[in-house]
Amino acid sequence: MHQPVSLAGALNQALGDALDADDRVVVFGEDVGPLGGVFRVTDGLAARFGPDRVWDSPLAESGIVGTAIGMAMNGLRPVVEMQFDAFAYPAFEQITSHLAKMHNRTRGRVGLPIVVRIPYGGGIGGVEHHCDSSEVYYTHTAGLRVVTCATPSDGYRLLRQAVDSPDPVIFLEPKRRYWTKEPIDRAVDGPELHQARVVQPGRDVTVITYGGTVETALEAARIGRDEGYDLEVVDLRSLSPFDDETVTASVRRTGRAVVVHEAAGFCGYGAEVAARLTEQCFHSLAAPILRVTGYDIPYPPPQLEHHHLPDAERILDAVSRLQWEGEPHHG
Amino acid sequence: MDAAGVATGDGTYELPDHDTLVALYRAMVVGRRFDAQVTALTRQGRLAVYPSSRGQEACQTGTALALRPQDWLFPTYRDCVAVVTRGVDPVDVLVSFRGDWHCGYDPYEHRVAPQCTPLATNTLHAVGVAHAARLRGEDAVAVVLLGDGATSEGDTHEALNFAAVWKAPVVFVVQNNGYAISVPLHRQTAAPSLAHKGIGYGIRSEQIDGNDAAAVYATVSSAIASAAAGGGPTLIEALTYRIEAHTNADDASRYRQDDEVAGWLERDPVRRLAVFLSSSGDFDATGFDAEAEGLAAGVRTRMGTDAPVSPSDLFEYVYARPTAALARQRADALDLPVGGRATMDGHEPGGRGIR
Ligand SMILES: Cc1ncc(C[n+]2csc(CCOP(=O)(O)OP(=O)(O)O)c2C)c(N)n1
Repeated sequence: MHQPVSLAGALNQALGDALDADDRVVVFGEDVGPLGGVFRVTDGLAARFGPDRVWDSPLAESGIVGTAIGMAMNGLRPVVEMQFDAFAYPAFEQITSHLAKMHNRTRGRVGLPIVVRIPYGGGIGGVEHHCDSSEVYYTHTAGLRVVTCATPSDGYRLLRQAVDSPDPVIFLEPKRRYWTKEPIDRAVDGPELHQARVVQPGRDVTVITYGGTVETALEAARIGRDEGYDLEVVDLRSLSPFDDETVTASVRRTGRAVVVHEAAGFCGYGAEVAARLTEQCFHSLAAPILRVTGYDIPYPPPQLEHHHLPDAERILDAVSRLQWEGEPHHG
Repeated sequence: MDAAGVATGDGTYELPDHDTLVALYRAMVVGRRFDAQVTALTRQGRLAVYPSSRGQEACQTGTALALRPQDWLFPTYRDCVAVVTRGVDPVDVLVSFRGDWHCGYDPYEHRVAPQCTPLATNTLHAVGVAHAARLRGEDAVAVVLLGDGATSEGDTHEALNFAAVWKAPVVFVVQNNGYAISVPLHRQTAAPSLAHKGIGYGIRSEQIDGNDAAAVYATVSSAIASAAAGGGPTLIEALTYRIEAHTNADDASRYRQDDEVAGWLERDPVRRLAVFLSSSGDFDATGFDAEAEGLAAGVRTRMGTDAPVSPSDLFEYVYARPTAALARQRADALDLPVGGRATMDGHEPGGRGIR
């Protein structure tokens, strides 16, 4: 535990340490070289490791992921950057048709240990195409691991774990938390790559969320305490695979659940969570599982985005609708 | 050499030596017989689908034989003859067309990537393998096969550009067989040639007679040598023709005339090399026909029985190790005890699995 570090800084340290730890790790993408990436996550790495380890690629997202696949076939462990969520879409074919499937196609003979880093989500006053929450496009694709971090410490740990994973990982970085600071612990122990963690224990309701809205859920928990609700907050970390064990244990304890995310609700990640919890915890549930999500609209322009993004108030609204009638401490 | 088997070289490339020409001829005879056998098996319903290589044997064997052992081949669905020529067991090649699994061979064994279906996507993989080889100080070149239609896809352009900028040791061999399924070349591109597409990216590019095995072998070998020596990528456009329909499911009579096919049969790659080699005297091909027949008989026998497939494999290779959820789904599908915790609040899931 030392100086407070931002999430962007923690990810930068994780990449530096990963490059240091393993010669096979290479980092490339658009502007990730001397500039250090538009969010400075690769700041200083090109100077430190040289142009054969960290370099600027031409502008072409399919090209970046496609060539990373070839490099991984030939012994390297590429970590590539997509500049923004919506600009990863040109790479979608390489991601879904090859990155996700090569291991299965070749009966495990060809593994692709690749990390695709994607700054994602809104809340930064970004214009169109810079604020998408694209997680379910990837979670729907078998063969990918999809993870997202919420804090500097966990960002560091999760990125190191992602680089070490034998499976391809879509690593989603919530842009609006890039500048959140905390002292970080560079030990990698703690939850594993596929595990969720309870970031705030509570008795009444499990609030399940990830990435940029973990902080929002914690804020709801703070306010909720004054209103008489003791919220438990679970940060999923791994969206695929889903950590049934941690989440169902929490929901069986509290008997109520709210799922929170920025992405549109329709066919959103919360739908999967609600369905799984209904299947697995039905007899423990005192109320239907509710979702607090972005609206089913294209991501709004900066002046309107605050209407779209779930905030603490919307989370607490949902909490108050969880059929408390007759409960001793919430009439 | 021209369609009549007469040498026409202008000295740009050396004529491959006699033994190499004989090896090319042998590979074409065996490849053609393999292709015909597989087409027949497909008609009998033993394969789900088969895109024939017939007519393109010179491109495919010339490329495969030009590779050194340490080089990589990135084939498409069209290129079974190239893959067999490279040494992959023919029945392993057919695993995907029979529908047993998506790829039936180990890509590392002969350095042959899985045959690629999404058009042009393999061009980028080849550039990546080549670039990694350079970074690791390995003397290996990646050769990627693609069709004329695939040159319109974005990935081809990204791959050409990446390869040129990175000076990657990669060779692009475009088999221009005149059609992308039904679409003729003039509806595919307005470029004067497909070789021009490489020139635009700063890549040395050539157009060759793709039915001349000697020309294919000479240009691909020279491109490999140049790439290995640090000279960067080359694009080779090989002019050829697909004699069969796109696949067994296609009806080529809907978009091309029989006399066009007849014209190309006159330019047959196998016969012309036979004529050339015969005129050189010392040439006996009888052993090759017997070898080809032997291979075809082996394919017939081994494809005559259904290979066992296992539903548990569906869950085995999705990740390096099956996730907990996949382990549960496998147990469910195979009607095995779930093991560990029940999935429904203490209620065992019932149900009947795949049998
Ligand atoms: C990205 C993509 N789009 C469409 C298809 C369907 N498709 C399969 S083969 C083919 C024609 C390809 O033509 P060409 O590249 O000339 O190769 P050929 O089949 O003639 O060898 C098409 C359109 C595909 N496989 N991949």
